[in-house]
Amino acid sequence: MALAETGRMGGMGWRVAPTQMALMAAVLALAASPVLAGMLPAALVDYPKQAVIGLAAFTGSWLTWLAREAAIGPLRIAEITRGLANVVEAPIALLNTLFAEGIQAGRGDQVRTVVPPLSWLAGIGLAALLAHMVGGRQAGPKLVALIVVGLLYIVLFGFWTDAMFTLTNVIISAVAAIALGIWIGTKAVTHPRIAAPVEGLMNVMQTVPVFSYLVPTLLFLGYGPSAALVATVIYALPPMVHATMLGLRGVPPEVVEFGRMAGASPRALFWKIRLPVALPQLAIGINQTIMACLNMVVIASMIGAGGLGFLVLTALRKLDIGGALQAGIAIVVLAVILDRLSLAAARLAASGTRIRSTGIPHGRLALGWFALASIAALLLPAFQSWPKELTLTTAPFWNGLVSWINIHWFEPLDAFRSFTLIHIMNPVKAYLLDLPWTLVIALVMLGGWMAGGARLGLTVGAMALFIAATGFWDPAVTSVYLVGLGTLLSLIIGLPFGYVVSRRQSWRDAASLVLDTLQTLPTLVYLLPAVMVFRNGDFSALVAIVSYAIAPAVRYSMHAFAGVPAERLELAAMVGASRWQTFKWVRLPAAFPTLLLGLNQTIMLAIAMLVITALVGTRDLGQQVFIALSRAKPGDGIIAGLCVAAIALIADMCLKAWARRAAARNGVEA
Amino acid sequence: MTGRPFWKTCMPKLLVSLAAATAISSAAQAFEPESNDPIIIGTFNWSSAMINSEIAGIILQKLGYTVEYLPMDDSARYPGFEAGDATFALETWATTQKINLETSVATGKVLDLGETGMQAKEEWWYPIYMKEACPGLPNWEALKDPKCGEAFAAPETAPKGRYLSGPVDWGGGDVERVAALGLPFEVVNAGTDAGMFAELQAAYERKAPIMMWVYAPHWAPAKFEGEWVDFPDYEDACYTDPAWGGNPDATHDCGKPEGWIKKMGWAEGEKKWPCAYEVVRNFKMDNATIQPLIGAVDLDGKTVTEVAQGWVDANEAVWKPWAACAGL
Repeated sequence: MALAETGRMGGMGWRVAPTQMALMAAVLALAASPVLAGMLPAALVDYPKQAVIGLAAFTGSWLTWLAREAAIGPLRIAEITRGLANVVEAPIALLNTLFAEGIQAGRGDQVRTVVPPLSWLAGIGLAALLAHMVGGRQAGPKLVALIVVGLLYIVLFGFWTDAMFTLTNVIISAVAAIALGIWIGTKAVTHPRIAAPVEGLMNVMQTVPVFSYLVPTLLFLGYGPSAALVATVIYALPPMVHATMLGLRGVPPEVVEFGRMAGASPRALFWKIRLPVALPQLAIGINQTIMACLNMVVIASMIGAGGLGFLVLTALRKLDIGGALQAGIAIVVLAVILDRLSLAAARLAASGTRIRSTGIPHGRLALGWFALASIAALLLPAFQSWPKELTLTTAPFWNGLVSWINIHWFEPLDAFRSFTLIHIMNPVKAYLLDLPWTLVIALVMLGGWMAGGARLGLTVGAMALFIAATGFWDPAVTSVYLVGLGTLLSLIIGLPFGYVVSRRQSWRDAASLVLDTLQTLPTLVYLLPAVMVFRNGDFSALVAIVSYAIAPAVRYSMHAFAGVPAERLELAAMVGASRWQTFKWVRLPAAFPTLLLGLNQTIMLAIAMLVITALVGTRDLGQQVFIALSRAKPGDGIIAGLCVAAIALIADMCLKAWARRAAARNGVEA
Repeated sequence: MTGRPFWKTCMPKLLVSLAAATAISSAAQAFEPESNDPIIIGTFNWSSAMINSEIAGIILQKLGYTVEYLPMDDSARYPGFEAGDATFALETWATTQKINLETSVATGKVLDLGETGMQAKEEWWYPIYMKEACPGLPNWEALKDPKCGEAFAAPETAPKGRYLSGPVDWGGGDVERVAALGLPFEVVNAGTDAGMFAELQAAYERKAPIMMWVYAPHWAPAKFEGEWVDFPDYEDACYTDPAWGGNPDATHDCGKPEGWIKKMGWAEGEKKWPCAYEVVRNFKMDNATIQPLIGAVDLDGKTVTEVAQGWVDANEAVWKPWAACAGL
């Protein structure tokens, strides 16, 4: 076949023509696909139903067997995993007692709190002291102000106890994900052979929708905080691993060499040199991990974590959008506080400054404040928990605003929706759905081969075949159409915006806050008003995907361009480079590796959104996962979830290979 | 917010509830719970489930049981009940959870604790102002008129009407119904319950056309004025036997079935707290009672605890016989 010949020619080093020919063939095939579909036998156009492998049913019954019957010796496997879950639950229970529940005695309706949990008055003071301690002289005051204002919001709006439940869950899962992520990332860098599998696994973990492993998690760990914890860590771990790998790889060998010459032990080399040098990348990993943990708050609340997530869900269920927004903002507040605190702590650790240098006895102050505030709370209960009568609310305002937009802006918005849907989205979808599956797989293989060679071509082809063979072809194509459009829009808007914003620190700070909000405000909170105006269906799904996936596009672009070394820019200015030349030859190359990670994360988050798109009535893989959940078919859920991951892997592998090649051609290190 | 200092608004209530608590607990003192381990009631994110859960919880607490609540997902609750992570659930809807419940009961680890007495009603529903555009309603035959279909159309479904059905996994047979009855409608699925009612609220505010699946008990039929379409009454044969009904060649030529709402429990717990299981088995509620309680929570903004406590305080005569095993 022509393909094989051009392949051989490519091997001989004649590069341009075969790729061009392959591209032309692809374009021709895509253009002629309606004709092609008519000529091909039916089995090659629509995957025959009889040929679908019953993998889902098999996985389902195997899982049920594993959870209900399988045993090692006298112990059932589920008993072992549940035992482990209880161990994990101990620290959560301890923190819950301290922060949220206190100690109770009595029984029935005579239950009384004997020892109250940490009062909000004490809590705010302690958090402020902590902020001052890690923030140091420069960043300290700003951080303290942020924390006091944020926590006061939580108190005055009546969310303190729920926020504390959420906080304990998030802290434990974030610490677990960050520690585990740095460890795995480091191992993957020091043992290059496991690097590729680790990256693949992380992509799978990040993209298999949570709902697809929810039932298995519950089967093995039981309803409760530990199941929520595991589900959260699975989702939040990948950005930390990716960032660690990127950061450690970027440590200049000279620096390490210098340390070695200075006689540093391997341990010191790692902790005192590699890790601090890699800190900027680690910091963005920590940020993304914390954001991911908070992003899971709503889902975690469905399986027993409770807290703010449950408040959001209940409010939405009664369509109290303002109420849901308020609870959602409390989640954002926690996210921002945790993120800024951990960043300050990371900087402090890296700079090696001793905490004492501010000259303030934080420990003694904390003890004193705790004692004073606790006594005050015992005397006046309003200091323990804010009285319900004095709780603030802005919910009526938001509900009114949504109604106002709905009544006054509906027509132009609906016209826009109808136009996009009828003239762009539906035709694209219909075209993609009509493509013969054989042609798509051939094109995927071709794409893989062009990007990274024969081996990649075969790998991605096999993954596409997996989707067809397990019977999820149509939902998968619908997913590709939504995610593809969503990613494209996110990149078109996000990358340039990130570049512009990267110029000034103050712009970056403001943008970070907006992005943190976008990433941690429960999606449904803004999706539901969108549904009111845009109705259930694909358009609302697209809105959801873009609003979520645009965050990493902006963030990584901003971070990448802000991180361009100043010396290089000065050098460019000295040789009289034009703006465009500086951009092309200095900024872009320096930003390239981080931009690439941003591209990866944009696609990953767009795909991760498939779970949410199912909630506005699409017919994609997310919907399949959701249906499997509601019909208690864990096998279907997992296989549909793996199909989602397959799409993610295909996109990621091809893009990475392509970028590596493009970088090599331009002499940039990827 | 009321303008009065909060202790003034609080104190009388507090005194009343303290008095009530002591009065009843002295009566309940005779009963000794079989175990002090916490009974865990699974709650779900819709109001009737939360209210019923708290009513049951408050009654059990009055008998001296220790009660905790665990937020759960409607569909993902079963592994939790099979393993004893949760003890009771007060609502399991036939319309969405029938198969899941049956599968779970078949494992022998979960008990069907009987019907609550509430009935899930589900049907095509429209706001009352749509009657002008389609005057023959609520009779379903009015919908056969293409003009009626057009009155309910959206740009992408025109000239057919747009019918907003529930999430795909609710089933409901609406595609089949539209075909069997020859209705000029296109079926669009919502993703979630919240998404469905978001559209209803939006349409209602604008007095815009909408035809959708509404169920009760729910706050929507209380908040929005409207009617259920009157289809031929459901019978089992309608869904299985094409010969049944007006269209001799198709199934689903009728309305949707009504369904029970059941209580369920962890099987092994019955040995631990037999009397508590007795109470939950006896627990009864009906649509007429729960509907205003839902309204109090969802429309008037009262807390679930207030509403549940209020019902328990006012209806001792109703629930005391449920707790006969405790000697009340």
